Amino acid sequence: MTPRLALQGVTKRFGETIANDAISLEVMPGEIVAVLGENGAGKSTLMKVVYGVVRPDAGHIFIDGREVHIDSPARARALGVSMVFQHFVLFDSLTLAENVALGLPPEPLSTLSARLLELARRYDLDVDPAKRVHDLSVGERQRVEILRALMTSPRLLILDEPTSVLKPQAIDRLFDTLEQLAVDGVSVLFISHKLDEIRRVTHRCAVLRGGRLVATVDTRRQTEATLARLMIGADPPTIAAHDSPSGDVVLAVRGLDTTHAAERRQWLHGLGLDVCRGEIVGIAGVSGNGQAALMAVLSGEWLDVRGSICLFGSEVAHVSTPGRRALGLRYIPEERLGHGAVTELSLQENVVLTRDALRAGGLVNFRRSRLLAEILIERFGVKTTGPGAAAASLSGGNLQKFIVGREIEAQPRVLLVNQPTWGVDVGAAVAIRNELLALRKAGCAILIVSEDLDELFELSDRLFVMSKGRLSPGVRPGEISVQDIGRWMSGLWPQQVVPV
Amino acid sequence: MKFAVALAPRAEPARTMQWTSPLLAIVLTLMAGALLFALMGQDPVQGLKVFLWEPLATRRGWSELGLKATPLILCAVGLAVCFRANVWNIGAEGQLIAGAIAGGGVALLATRDSSRMIVPAIILAAACGGAVWAAITAWLRDRFNASEILVSLMLVYVAQLLLAWLVQGAWKDPEGFGFPQSKLFESAARMPIMLAGTRLNIGFALAFAAAGTLWLMLAKMAIGYQLKVAGLAPLAARYAGFSERRLLWFALLVSGALAGIAGGIEATGPVGQLTPTISPGYGFAAIIVAFVGRLHPVGIVFASFLMALFYIGGELAQSRLGLPSALTGVFQGLLLFFLLACDTLIMYRPVWRKPVRVMP
Repeated sequence: MTPRLALQGVTKRFGETIANDAISLEVMPGEIVAVLGENGAGKSTLMKVVYGVVRPDAGHIFIDGREVHIDSPARARALGVSMVFQHFVLFDSLTLAENVALGLPPEPLSTLSARLLELARRYDLDVDPAKRVHDLSVGERQRVEILRALMTSPRLLILDEPTSVLKPQAIDRLFDTLEQLAVDGVSVLFISHKLDEIRRVTHRCAVLRGGRLVATVDTRRQTEATLARLMIGADPPTIAAHDSPSGDVVLAVRGLDTTHAAERRQWLHGLGLDVCRGEIVGIAGVSGNGQAALMAVLSGEWLDVRGSICLFGSEVAHVSTPGRRALGLRYIPEERLGHGAVTELSLQENVVLTRDALRAGGLVNFRRSRLLAEILIERFGVKTTGPGAAAASLSGGNLQKFIVGREIEAQPRVLLVNQPTWGVDVGAAVAIRNELLALRKAGCAILIVSEDLDELFELSDRLFVMSKGRLSPGVRPGEISVQDIGRWMSGLWPQQVVPV
Repeated sequence: MKFAVALAPRAEPARTMQWTSPLLAIVLTLMAGALLFALMGQDPVQGLKVFLWEPLATRRGWSELGLKATPLILCAVGLAVCFRANVWNIGAEGQLIAGAIAGGGVALLATRDSSRMIVPAIILAAACGGAVWAAITAWLRDRFNASEILVSLMLVYVAQLLLAWLVQGAWKDPEGFGFPQSKLFESAARMPIMLAGTRLNIGFALAFAAAGTLWLMLAKMAIGYQLKVAGLAPLAARYAGFSERRLLWFALLVSGALAGIAGGIEATGPVGQLTPTISPGYGFAAIIVAFVGRLHPVGIVFASFLMALFYIGGELAQSRLGLPSALTGVFQGLLLFFLLACDTLIMYRPVWRKPVRVMP
């Protein structure tokens, strides 16, 4: 059989670094192939080569046995290649249907919306075609991206970490979809860090390390441990065991409500929550259910809120972010690009963002910020050319390590984290989780919002589920199953749970 | 047939294009200018020589260049502060006129016995005039979220009409044979000349001081950092806790004050009285200058001189070659047009491809 996609000796350099070093890979029709590797291993670059976003310096690409030169995504789509990116490529001010229409041949929006809804129903991707993208959460945006790729009826579908924002049940359905697509003869390239998912859904797995293809293995014959070893090139670091002390309540939230603010995209309905000293509280849920609003309100980015936020005994509901930072509260936002960091600015300039002391007296102390950036790069193992490198030049995982490091190094007493390891490879994720555990040990109160249930079960002392702006009762992770949490995510939690 | 050249997005923005783009735009403007001279029946070489070279041939020419560059530098560095923070103030022309009215108003109070101390008062009044005019825009945006683009632009026409009303009414020169203009300012109220025998006044030094101060502010000071972050990533600015409202007011007041000073200096410097046409569009030209100078004070100084050259060249082309003085505006427009075109090369690269015949 002719391979659907064949790569021969594909090489791509960016300046000094080789992102892809003579990579050869074949994908057969109807085959689901995983591309596995740490952040910066060259996975994204390789996919961008196939999708025509990046031009290889050397090598050949064959599709259905014919050599092709894919010089643009339009050309890739004409050849039957579709891609779902990790960072979304959507126009905020357009509706969902309009965004999808942009990549397709002209067609009335009404028929397109109908097709979109049909597709959405088939793959259980819950969307409203008339909504504008800026009103959508990250999770909803990803669903739009997946739908958009499926609208072109591709013969090769590339997915860059597609499951990171889906409910466990929805992941199952997505995998059913992928398997159905494979039966229909569509080839799938699947990038993920989640080894269990790779083992569940893919047939073969190509492992990249440092830009080279180090192995191509039959996924179903591997264990997660052997895959991890292939990817890292050594045994993966282990999670430090943690005991759970409980201390005084340092962050007390009562009756938090944003339903009065008409322009808010996410409403909170009278939330209450306590976080203690030396405790990690996890909040599970599908994004778009009020988590963004909760984090914005707790961090001080949104001040127009009703209810009370008590931080170390003082009321801070109407105190701005610098004021809360001064009290020891720090925040790591979900979106790294443009929120946690300014992509166009260098790392040393990005340090200044949340270090109010470096801006004291009206002047920016760039000498100290450079020093601090160097310390962060060293201590948190950020792979970069130096403190002068633009934040945009770092891979997603490395930028996350930098941002997490920036906030942790400030020795917070309360830390809010939204999706600590979203799009981060296994090695970096373990490093970040260990930092959070160390921080807890030092007495910091930590509130984590995440869609990664494994992560929450691993880290949390208490677990809540958020759905439609409301919070479930708290439970200890050992006392509830993943399936129950999945059910709670739809808002179906019992009214009475044994209080913790 | 499809186009043989297409644009493909670059993986990363090209750093070198940041500064080569304005230079390329200048070269293209000159080439288009030469073509324009040829079309109007002039020798293109001779035309460009009159337009670009003759103004620089004499000491007086250079001083005139500095004189014209002064209001452009003042307006453009202020606009750079706004544009960096994504505050789209395009009404520097109106703020300049408001500054001319306020500064000119103080200058009209001068008598034969007035001391030179009135000069700082004129500059201060001009700054306040421009700042007040910009504050209207800031307040409407802050209070009602009105688009600063529309408000600042429309306030230009309000300022022009206010000036026309004053010089045809209350401030009209009684001995001016009915012309719509104020009386000539007393010599004490005129900007002191910097270079004897020329019209170059202390405003030129003031413009350089303003450019230097703003460079320091944008590069070293916390407020400059805040403006940059707010312009590049509003969410990150909110995360850091920078007040959008404060930055909006700051940017508009600074640029308004600087444009106002430009107006005051223009009125009490080369013009010497208030007339309805106090500015040949310096406030609008400054928008082009700010972008050609890459919103950087040093770049803006160079771009201001280039734009000043277009003004003087246009006048010379009119007197020497009998060409319309609208040539200045054409050259300005060409420069902005080519700059915008060249700027696409920062994010995109041209791709040559074989012509494709599209089947009917």
